[in-house]
Amino acid sequence: MSSPGTALIIGATSDIGRAIGRALARDGWALQLAARDATRLANEAADLALRGAAGDVGQWRCDVLEAGAAAALADTLEPLPDVAVCVVGELGEQAAGERDGAAAERVMRANYIGPALLLGALAERFTARGSGVLVALSSVAGERGRASNYLYGSAKAGLTAFLSGLRNRLHPAGVHVVTVLPGFVATRMTDGMALPAALTTTPEAVAAQVVRAIGERRNVVYAKPLWRPIMAVVRALPEALFKRLRL
Amino acid sequence: MTTAPLAGWGRHPVRDCRLETLREAGQLGALLDAAPTLIPRGGGRAYGDAALNPALTLSMLAQDRLLHFDADRGRLTCEAGVTLADLLKFFAPRGWFPPVLPGTKFVTVGGMVAADVHGKNHHRDGSFGAHVDSLSLVAADGGARTLSRAEQPDLFRATIGGMGLTGVIMDVTLRLMRIPSAYLSVETVATQDLAETMAGFEESASWPYSVAWLDALARGPAAGRGLLTHAKFMAPDELPAALAGAPSRGPARPLASVPMPAPKWLLNRPLVKCFNECYYQLGRRGSGQRPTHFDPYFFPLDRVGALNRLAGRPGFAQHQCALPMATSAPALAALLRTVAASQRGAYLAVLKRFGPGGDGLLSFPMDGYTLALDIPMRHDTAALLDALDGIVTEHGGRIYLAKDAHCSAQRLRAGYPRLNDFATARAQAAGTPPKFASELSRRLEL
Repeated sequence: MSSPGTALIIGATSDIGRAIGRALARDGWALQLAARDATRLANEAADLALRGAAGDVGQWRCDVLEAGAAAALADTLEPLPDVAVCVVGELGEQAAGERDGAAAERVMRANYIGPALLLGALAERFTARGSGVLVALSSVAGERGRASNYLYGSAKAGLTAFLSGLRNRLHPAGVHVVTVLPGFVATRMTDGMALPAALTTTPEAVAAQVVRAIGERRNVVYAKPLWRPIMAVVRALPEALFKRLRL
Repeated sequence: MTTAPLAGWGRHPVRDCRLETLREAGQLGALLDAAPTLIPRGGGRAYGDAALNPALTLSMLAQDRLLHFDADRGRLTCEAGVTLADLLKFFAPRGWFPPVLPGTKFVTVGGMVAADVHGKNHHRDGSFGAHVDSLSLVAADGGARTLSRAEQPDLFRATIGGMGLTGVIMDVTLRLMRIPSAYLSVETVATQDLAETMAGFEESASWPYSVAWLDALARGPAAGRGLLTHAKFMAPDELPAALAGAPSRGPARPLASVPMPAPKWLLNRPLVKCFNECYYQLGRRGSGQRPTHFDPYFFPLDRVGALNRLAGRPGFAQHQCALPMATSAPALAALLRTVAASQRGAYLAVLKRFGPGGDGLLSFPMDGYTLALDIPMRHDTAALLDALDGIVTEHGGRIYLAKDAHCSAQRLRAGYPRLNDFATARAQAAGTPPKFASELSRRLEL
């Protein structure tokens, strides 16, 4: 089986990152992994190589919170991947961010500034080559700011807007951008939270949708279709009413 | 933190347990500090209360990375939550096969070590632990230790078959075996009675795999009749042309799934008797050799999803014992007589010849025979299980911990002479009182 290409996964040791790695390995992709922890990265790379990834699995230590991380990663990727999937993000704690500016800044950097700078750096190189697919996980929380998680939501809103602009700009250059809105996913990020079953999906299901979105050049993907009408309603509520709701 | 009703594969007993998934190895220290006791849980295929602990039951299913494979020697290091299904999926196509396979592929490597599982090749290849070179175990103090036959051998032997009571198995290094193709040549022989079934096992010792299905409702002279199957892997040049082209076809998908707990009347005696008669007669007519893919051969019951719902809401008990060679014949006769005479009967009875036992201090297999009986839980099932346990003890046999939900501490002790050695070795890692404990260990005073 010839390999469909090379894919980079940023945030490869997260639950969703692992599932995406396995789905791509199953299809015989060559893989490049980027994550913060070198030991976990090595274990994940060994696992994906044994699960069918083509050739050796590349490893890049990368922390999007560090200054210069985007250029450091984008400049050292060899080969430049055909596809880059960014799964980086951090839910943080809304109340902590309200009290503590540093905590709020961390959420903003982890969910917007870090991923956006990274995707931007990759976009330049993909554009120069004239091909490539960029996939990023944003969030339905970014569709409208709510009292319970607007720090996270505002950062994801920034990322969603960034991706939309990038898609618009890169379309003529032959580079495609996919925005994935997973909704609730049963992962370590949500362990212990009571999640509504009808709106909750699994890392494996998200991974399958990412693989399909790459193949079909989808633009915006909701992991659970039910989110689309729900968020349409949430967006349409007049602010005079919305501000009075407890959401 | 979630507390929810949890059970083993037999759906009995059910206990409210705090169930957490171990996402990162690094979390384990904090979990150990916070919980008074803990038991790791793999695929949840142990039938009884082995992987239930109300204070903390720790799912290992997210620890499922394949870490290293030496393709020349077939030596694999993987995390404890890797399933047997994954081993088959990724290594069978390369010509490497798990050395021992229990009756379901949805078990984990850690679970297979903890129960020191056996397969249809036990008479030749021993139990799973015999193929484990080393493992890493996290003890009560949160520290990881590497165990092998050379390093801390006592703790290694206590952990093989130790039901998770010595600590949390994090990764395992085991030896896979070479297979020439994905197909087995399977021969089925119909036997008339117990003596003929046992003679069939003794004569077929040279076959790598053998097992017998028994008609547990047959009485009198027909007691112990059944279908004895032997199998061995086929070389590519022995395969019919149609199969030779695709020698490594992957495992089959489930044929169907049991959608909900079945009503109690479904598994009634006449119906099971009728099924057994048909199955036996069909098997007798179909006796002979034919090539069979390893998946349906090793895991016929996996082909029906959620099969454990068949016995209905009360669940079911599996009674599995090992019997020494010297007393096997009278003990098996007594067990089969007792089951056939009971109003409940067993809807599945499987007999297997064991080879010599391994070095695990709580390992189940011993040189002789093992009989497994699936019995639906009804109001009087406990009395039947009691009678069966009594026969086992009387004949110097032992009960399989991975199946048990009923045995008494006293009877269990009679079957496991190395229990004191186990307790000593366990204390080295689990501390006193032991940090690693389950409903099973409390019931059996382990």
